[in-house]
Amino acid sequence: MKSKPTTLAALDIVSIIVLGISTYLALVFAPTEAVMGQVQRVFYFHIGTAWVGLLGFILAAVTGVIYLVTKDLKWDRVEVAAVEVSLIFFFITIVLGSVWARPAWNTWWTWDPRLTTAAVTELIYVAYFMLRQGIEDPERRARFGAVYTLLGGISAPITFMVIRMFRTIHPVVIGNQSAEAQGGFSMTADMRVAFFFALFAFTVIFIDLFWRRIRLADLQEKVEQLRLKVTI
Amino acid sequence: MAVKTQKAAAAVQNASVPASPNFFKAMLAVARKDLTAELRSRELLSAMLVFSMLVILIFNFALELEPDIRRKVTAGVLWATFAFAGTLGLNRSMAIEKDRGCMDGLLLAPVDRSAIYFGKVISNLVFMLIVEIVVLPMYGVLYGVNLFQPGLLGVILLGSIGYTAVGTLISTMTVQTRMRDVLLPILLFPIAIPVLLAAVKASNGFLSGAEFSEILAPLNLLIVYDVIFIAIAFMVFDFVVEE
Repeated sequence: MKSKPTTLAALDIVSIIVLGISTYLALVFAPTEAVMGQVQRVFYFHIGTAWVGLLGFILAAVTGVIYLVTKDLKWDRVEVAAVEVSLIFFFITIVLGSVWARPAWNTWWTWDPRLTTAAVTELIYVAYFMLRQGIEDPERRARFGAVYTLLGGISAPITFMVIRMFRTIHPVVIGNQSAEAQGGFSMTADMRVAFFFALFAFTVIFIDLFWRRIRLADLQEKVEQLRLKVTI
Repeated sequence: MAVKTQKAAAAVQNASVPASPNFFKAMLAVARKDLTAELRSRELLSAMLVFSMLVILIFNFALELEPDIRRKVTAGVLWATFAFAGTLGLNRSMAIEKDRGCMDGLLLAPVDRSAIYFGKVISNLVFMLIVEIVVLPMYGVLYGVNLFQPGLLGVILLGSIGYTAVGTLISTMTVQTRMRDVLLPILLFPIAIPVLLAAVKASNGFLSGAEFSEILAPLNLLIVYDVIFIAIAFMVFDFVVEE
């Protein structure tokens, strides 16, 4: 069997290095925020993981549609990989957000639009795996999975719009500053460095994990085919 | 009952063979078959109604519906009741097709498959509306609230359309899985959250006599949700029933 491709092995190492640099930038290099203090440093990883989480969910919806059109099971494997990796990253986002919210809002959790949408999105993709688990036929599993990621990908933004009708307290750091938002702040140049590097670092890590997960699924498929050949 | 459905399914086939595949005719035939079968047995409607009453009873004690609390939570209690009762209907309407192979009969009919979907949506919607028509006056009498306001009824209609449109699509998927009825609420609720929340918000607005401009936003979202999800379901239903 083909051993691990060198590009992937190199990407593993690059991922570890950028994660290290990003940690340094977030924890040491970036200045301490005046009002919130040290806990604000969670923000860099919070945004980094949220970004790749969303990226994966969008990728999943797109590959789902591609699968429905092409009927090539390869796209189903890409879709599962995207959802699985994103589910973990998004969970990390929620946990990091809670860590920040405890001192900033004096509560671990509040039913704010972003928080609620994040929770609902997590539940949609957990449900996605439960749906897949209940179907044995791989072709039908792929079809239903694709349809469900499509439904989820459309419903999540609408959920966000609906809950926004109730008041929000989540800070908007990028883009327009809302005066109502609790815990908002404006970034200094050094903070921006740490911020953009965190985005870059998590994108690299995401690509690495995503690639590995696709490769794992491909290998699983190959094992399955070999097993069939042996039994025949 | 199953035999009846089978016969009705056969009737649908026969009816649509001579005439050139007429979309609306087929759609109404599927809906009529479901409604006729249900009117004869009344299994599903009675189950949904008794279940709704039990949910309201539980809410009564769980939330201790005192007059001042009642005013704020009425919309929420109603929509939670409709959503729970709705899953019963959605599950059953697809399960009876699957169990005796009636679904295959329906799929063999030479009509556009989305006609089957829309027929099913109509019958599910009618069941849900019947339950709502009974629950509303009952709730009104029990708690002394006037629920027969045209605005509120409109919201209930829009919300039920969105809920059954998504619910019918998802229940078609879940009846083909191993866990079946357990899976329907798990898959349906996170997708249906926007429609339920917008419906609660709009119903609350009408019940508390808010300005129409305040209710307009959730009302618009309800319409947007209905249109988007009916369109999506129309496009993907083929993939969900394909063998």
